[in-house]
Amino acid sequence: MQNKPSAAELVGAVRSFLEQDAMPRLEGRAAFHARVAVNALAIVERELDAGPGAAAEEHARLQEMLGRDGTLDELNRELARRIRSRDLDPSDAALRQHLWETTLETVGVDQPRYSRYRREMERRKRG
Amino acid sequence: MSDAQATIARGLEEALRRALPGVTGVHALHRLSGGANQETWAFDAAGEGAPLPLVLRRTPGGGSHPGFGTSVPLATEAKVIGLAGRVGVPVPGVRYVLTEADGLGQGYVMDRIEGETIARKILRDDEFAVARPLLARQCGEILGRLQAVSSAALAGLPLGTAADQLRQYRGIFEQQDEPHPVFEVAFRWLEDRLPTDGEQRLVHGDFRNGNLLIGADGVRAVLDWELVHLGDAMEDLGWICVNSWRFGEIDKPVGGFGSREDLFAGYEATARTPVDPERVRFWEVMGSLKWGIMCMMMYRYYASGLDRSVERAAIGRRASEAEIDLLALIYPED
Repeated sequence: MQNKPSAAELVGAVRSFLEQDAMPRLEGRAAFHARVAVNALAIVERELDAGPGAAAEEHARLQEMLGRDGTLDELNRELARRIRSRDLDPSDAALRQHLWETTLETVGVDQPRYSRYRREMERRKRG
Repeated sequence: MSDAQATIARGLEEALRRALPGVTGVHALHRLSGGANQETWAFDAAGEGAPLPLVLRRTPGGGSHPGFGTSVPLATEAKVIGLAGRVGVPVPGVRYVLTEADGLGQGYVMDRIEGETIARKILRDDEFAVARPLLARQCGEILGRLQAVSSAALAGLPLGTAADQLRQYRGIFEQQDEPHPVFEVAFRWLEDRLPTDGEQRLVHGDFRNGNLLIGADGVRAVLDWELVHLGDAMEDLGWICVNSWRFGEIDKPVGGFGSREDLFAGYEATARTPVDPERVRFWEVMGSLKWGIMCMMMYRYYASGLDRSVERAAIGRRASEAEIDLLALIYPED
């Protein structure tokens, strides 16, 4: 599929419409829900942009750490099971690094203005 | 006025004319918040003197809280508010507890106190500039005073120790059938540090921004006692430090307005026992984990078709804020 505008462009257009045209005309509960809708569309835009790359890297890390193959969901279930059954210690360096990288990518899509995300990104930038 | 509103106004008027001497009518009734379960209505009771500003809090069908904890019936909530008020905790005075004969569901009528509960306003508006530096200590003092409620008066409240809550949230988490390795690490961290059960104390259960009514002079009332239970006195101190309630003010761990030092000093000034900072940290980790699981659960309400609002759908994406807070708490050196 090579459709233009891309899905990201369409979502961006809808978000701009809501933000610039619809929201100023709304009040109360409807205005609040429009604000929530704008934020939800911004999540979609960020996920369309960063999601595929982040998922591929997460998948590769999981394959390496767990020494097996499977879908992303299967491998995440396997990781969860190993932590829960105490086969994998939470202090394991590869695990920690994986959890940080995966979580930073996720919050970066879901809520890049979240205080803890901004703090951690600044810390990492400073080294 | 809608039909529902007219029915409530009529029911309230009949009940209050009988219960409160001098009250002749109910005016200016309007809905304050649109919670999924609890309704809050503001109104004025007219009588001989000045109109009495009041609030009705009720559960129309008498249902229970959708699983965030073990919520107590509103009549119990009203009783606990009375007990808290008697030991010096600022609470709205309860004027009347609904009976079945009133036909208004479960609930109670309390004084309407002027103040703000919206965190962003409390944390940023000039109106609260004088109050802000006082709030953490006041919160500590309030939680310390709560310890003075005698355990004999609390018989019948649900028990919610750390082990109980871990079990309860593990159960809710399993029901979602969604892998979250960070939450698994948090469960393990908490299981390995489970505090030994001390004396069971009165715990508010949801002591945070949103449930604290703030005025220019500080905390005017502690609201929303529905998650009240018996448990670890350190629980409320940890819950109010959860980063999600700091609304961006990450360096002010207590509700985005103050320091742990002030919170703890306030608590120790009024409680009979000292603060155990490690235990408070345990409850902060527990708090972030609970919040993350609540976010997952709220998304399930959307997915199941029970609540199709954008808000309900989008809140599922806040589970990851709990994950990053948990990593920062569990691996502070990374």
